[in-house]
Amino acid sequence: MAILIDETTEVIVQGITGFQGRFQTKRMLDYGTKIVGGVSPGKGGEDVFGVPVFNTVEEAVEETGANTSIIYVPARFAYDAVLEAIDSGLDLVVCITEGIPLYDEMKIHHRLESSKTMLLGPNCPGAISPEKSKVGLLPDRSFAPGRLGIVSRSGTLTYQISENLTRAGIGQSTVVGIGGDPMPGLTFRDILPMFEEDDETDAVLLIGEIGGSAEEEAAEYIATKMSKPVIGYIAGITAPLGKRMGHAGAIIEGGKGTAESKIEALRDAGVIVAQSLHDVVDTVRKIMR
Amino acid sequence: MRLHEYQAKKIFSEHGIPVPRGRLAETPGEAREIAEELGGEVVVKAQVLVGGRGKAGGIKKAENPDDAERIAKELIGSYIKGHKVEKVLVEEALNIKEEYYVGYVIDKSRKRPALILSRKGGMNVEEIAEKYPEEMLKIYFDPLWGLQDYQVRKTLFRAEFSSSEISELLKIIKNLCRIALKFEAELTEINPLVLTDTGFIAADARLNVDDNSLYRHPELLKLRDATEVDELEREAILNGLNYVRIGGDIGIIANGAGLAMATMDLVKLMGGEPANFLDTGGGLADPQKMKTCLEQVLKDENVKVVFVNIFAEITRCEKVAEGIILAMQNFNRVPHVIKLVGTNEELGKQLLREYAEKSGAEIHLVDSIEEGAKKAVEIAGGV
Repeated sequence: MAILIDETTEVIVQGITGFQGRFQTKRMLDYGTKIVGGVSPGKGGEDVFGVPVFNTVEEAVEETGANTSIIYVPARFAYDAVLEAIDSGLDLVVCITEGIPLYDEMKIHHRLESSKTMLLGPNCPGAISPEKSKVGLLPDRSFAPGRLGIVSRSGTLTYQISENLTRAGIGQSTVVGIGGDPMPGLTFRDILPMFEEDDETDAVLLIGEIGGSAEEEAAEYIATKMSKPVIGYIAGITAPLGKRMGHAGAIIEGGKGTAESKIEALRDAGVIVAQSLHDVVDTVRKIMR
Repeated sequence: MRLHEYQAKKIFSEHGIPVPRGRLAETPGEAREIAEELGGEVVVKAQVLVGGRGKAGGIKKAENPDDAERIAKELIGSYIKGHKVEKVLVEEALNIKEEYYVGYVIDKSRKRPALILSRKGGMNVEEIAEKYPEEMLKIYFDPLWGLQDYQVRKTLFRAEFSSSEISELLKIIKNLCRIALKFEAELTEINPLVLTDTGFIAADARLNVDDNSLYRHPELLKLRDATEVDELEREAILNGLNYVRIGGDIGIIANGAGLAMATMDLVKLMGGEPANFLDTGGGLADPQKMKTCLEQVLKDENVKVVFVNIFAEITRCEKVAEGIILAMQNFNRVPHVIKLVGTNEELGKQLLREYAEKSGAEIHLVDSIEEGAKKAVEIAGGV
C-alpha cells in the first residue's frame, strides 16, 4: 500500500522544460516513477526525455489520465500553477517551489477547502515510497523499502536520518516531506492518520522543528486516535527567540513554538522523543523490534 | 520585513488612521526645532526595530524643547537591545484617557487572518493573552471576503462596548485591514490605540510585511532598513545566506535548515556553544558559494573552530571541497571539522586530505555528525 504514492501513481510535471523540472524529471524517471506527461505553456508537442509536453494541465490529464502533479515553477507563477492543478481534479499536488507569497497561499488554501485535491508543500522535498515511486527530489541512496513511515518538515535532515536508518537495516514504507513553510498543505495531523491506516506501516517517525504549532496539533491526534507507535525528533533546541532559522516557518514568535513545548506535547501524547540526532536510530530500532 | 514606527505611521495616516502630530529627527537640534513647533510636552521615541523599546529606555517624555534636545542627544547613537539608534521620532504628548490594543495577524494554523482587540492596550499581545485572556477578543475572517462590519459589531456589543465607541473603532479597524491587504501584511498593530478628549489616536504603529511578496511592492522595498538585523546578519543577507548569530565559539555550516539546527543542537548537547546558524541553501555546485559561507562564519571573531556538515544529494562533494580549500587559502585562522556525504564523497575527502598535508591546515574529516560535534567541542575547549 504505502501512503500518498505507490507504483500505480501517474505523474505530470508542471514546469518540465525549466532547468530544475527537466533535471528532476530525469531523476524521477530513473527511479522508476511513472511520469506520464509534462506541462509548459507554449511548449505543447515537445518532449522531455521521451515524456510528452502539453500546454495545459487539463490537456495533460485528459490525454494521460494522470492523478498526481509535481510543480517546479518559480514562486511568482506557483499560485496560478497550483490553482490550475486543483482545477484539473488531480488527487495530489506536490509543490516544490519556495518563497510563494503568504496571501497567495491563503487563497490556495481557501480553494483547497472546497476541492478533493491534497497539496503537499509548498517548499517541500516531496515524497518517496521506496522502490515504488518518488515524487520529489529526495536522494535515492538514503531510502530502502521497509515498514517505518517518516513524516518531516525538513529536507537534508530527513535524508541524513533516513540514510542512517537504512544503513541500520530499517527501511521505510513512505517518507513524506511536508516542507518548512509556515502554512503547508498536508500537515503532520493529515499524514499520521494515513500511516495509521496503512497496512505496510508498523511505526512512524515524526521529524519536527521549532515554529508554529503543527507538532502540538499532531500530539493531540496521537494521544487520542493513534494506535501505532510514534517516535519523535525535534530540531532547534538551541534556536534563539524571534529569529527565522532558514525555513520560513522555523521561528519562535512571542515565546510560542519552542522545541521544549513540542517535545513536551509529544511526550505527553506517548511519543518516544529521541534526545538528539544520534539517538534516533537506536530509539526506532527498539520500537520496531 | 518590519517597518519603523515612523514609516508605519505615515502609511496609517495616509489611510485614515489618526496619528499624533510630529516628525522625524536625525540630530538633537532637529528634535528641539520639532518640539518648538509642536509646543508643550513631547515624546521622543527611538526608531529601532526591536520589541520592548519603551522598557529598554527608548521612549522618553520631554517637558520643553531643551529637554527634547537633551534626550535626543542621549538616544541618537546609543544602542537599544543591540540596535543602534539613528533617528528619533518627536511627537506631541497625548492626553490619555484609555489605552486599547488593535492588531491584525495571519493565523498560520487556521490559514486565515484574524483581528485582535483588547481594552488592555499598552502591553504586548502575549502579555494580554496571558494576564487578561477574557479581555482579548479575536475575530477570524475569510481571506477572500475580508472582515465584515457585522463581525466587529457582534463581538464588540457582546463585550459591552458603547455604540459610539464601536462606530469609531470600526472605522479604524476597517482602515487597518485595508492597509494589511494592500501591503500584504503578516502583522500590523496599533498598540496602544489611545482614547483622548478628541477621539482615538494611534500612539504606536507596527507593520510587518511578507518578504515573499515584496516584488509586488517596490514602494516598500525602498523603505527597507538594514538596521533590522545584526551587522553580521546584514552582510549575510547581502550574500544571500541564511545566517543567524547565536553567540558561542563553534561555527556551524550545513546545507538545509533542519540539518543546521540539528547540528547546533548536537554541539550544545555535547557541551559546546554554537556561534551561529548557517544554512547554505542550494548552489553548492559552485565552490564560491561554500567559500562565501566560510568567510561569513569566520567574520565572527569569537569562532575558534568551524564544523561543516554537508549532505550533498545533488552537489558533487569535490565541488564542496574545492570551496573549502578556496576559503582556507584566503584565511586559515581556525581548525575545520568536516563531514561530507554524497556523490563523489571519496574524491572530495581526498582533495581535502591532500590540501591539509600540503599546507599544514588543520582539517579533521569525520564520518558522522556525532563524531564531528565531539571533535569541534574538544577543539573549542568545551569538554
